[in-house]
Amino acid sequence: MKPLLAEIWGWLEAVPDPEIPVVSVVELGIVRDLSWQGDLLKVTVTPTYSGCPATAVISMDIEKALRDHGISDLRIETQIAPAWTTDWMTATARTKLADYGIAPPTAAGGPSECPRCGDPNVSRVSQFGSTPCKAQWRCNSCLEPFDYFKCI
Amino acid sequence: MSADAPFFEWLCRLGDNTLVLGHRVSEWCGRGPALEEDIALANISLDLIGQTQMWLTLAGEVENAGRSADDLAMLRDAWDFRNALLVEQPNGDFGRTMMRQFLFDHFHLLQLQTLADSADQRVADIAAKAVKEVTYHVERSTEVVIALGDGTEESHSRMQAALDWAWPYVGELFASDAIDVQIAERGIAPLPDTLRVAYDQRVTSALTKATLTVPEGRFAHSGGKSGFRHSEHLGHMLTQMQWLQRAYPGAQW
Repeated sequence: MKPLLAEIWGWLEAVPDPEIPVVSVVELGIVRDLSWQGDLLKVTVTPTYSGCPATAVISMDIEKALRDHGISDLRIETQIAPAWTTDWMTATARTKLADYGIAPPTAAGGPSECPRCGDPNVSRVSQFGSTPCKAQWRCNSCLEPFDYFKCI
Repeated sequence: MSADAPFFEWLCRLGDNTLVLGHRVSEWCGRGPALEEDIALANISLDLIGQTQMWLTLAGEVENAGRSADDLAMLRDAWDFRNALLVEQPNGDFGRTMMRQFLFDHFHLLQLQTLADSADQRVADIAAKAVKEVTYHVERSTEVVIALGDGTEESHSRMQAALDWAWPYVGELFASDAIDVQIAERGIAPLPDTLRVAYDQRVTSALTKATLTVPEGRFAHSGGKSGFRHSEHLGHMLTQMQWLQRAYPGAQW
């Protein structure tokens, strides 16, 4: 009767991040755990940044996706520890971000190359960008500004 | 009945610092001197208000009187706030806002770094999350203070004036009182004055690069974190911040 957890993970893979729709909430590492407690499905999520306005929307989107798949008895719990880190982002997500024009996070603290032209000659415009998780950078070669997903 | 009054008070100090500064910084939204600055300020404000949500939620749990983070933020009056005087001061010009931010950020980062080892796991968890965000705040405000201090004659003189103005509010951040002593004895947080040496070293190093002179004297205004005497500015700020809940009690989204 109850769907397998692996199947549910698959459904959530299709729930896009509301601000960066090219990646899913699972690929970003926002969904931390799924478990059945009797007939209740418990979904554990973690916020990326503590003030990220997308957090509430993400929980609503997850709930809607699960209800659309026939799960009505569910609870979404927010967990703050361990604190979200960009290390949880999947390799696929990194590739998708780069294809979308957002340089993926790197341990060096800055993008390795321009996501548009691939030139490594880039410079930072600001530590803060269009969402809490991004910074603004600029390519010195093609001169295009671009977003960099901050490494935290 | 309060379950743990000193712990509640102490959590309000943390949550009120981030709430009041978060609101102050949000006053810049749409008014920044450049688009990048505007966005940066809005992001910093968002981080601080997000952290407030965590601190005041925990404060409400510790108080055990059924008050949510929203209740604490929107339904207390000025005398119940426990933020330091520095963060409630008006924004002034961009230089003053950034100097206030710089002086708070360095304290905030040191505080959160030590709280990550708190004997209270809930405090440690919040600090571990917030410290990642505040690391960016410090980086930014330090860069801006150095750039403007070591900038034009005009920007330099404005930054020196901002430092002279803000400096007497720094001491309160590190002043330890009876509540701090209790919290330290319980291993929840070290006494704030133990952070001062590291603070002075970091701040002085940046201010030297900014060609700014640290004012002589250690006179410090006080009365914010104890709630004994806030400056008149807090009440004015609250009339704006709390207006909706005051005019329409219980209003929901």
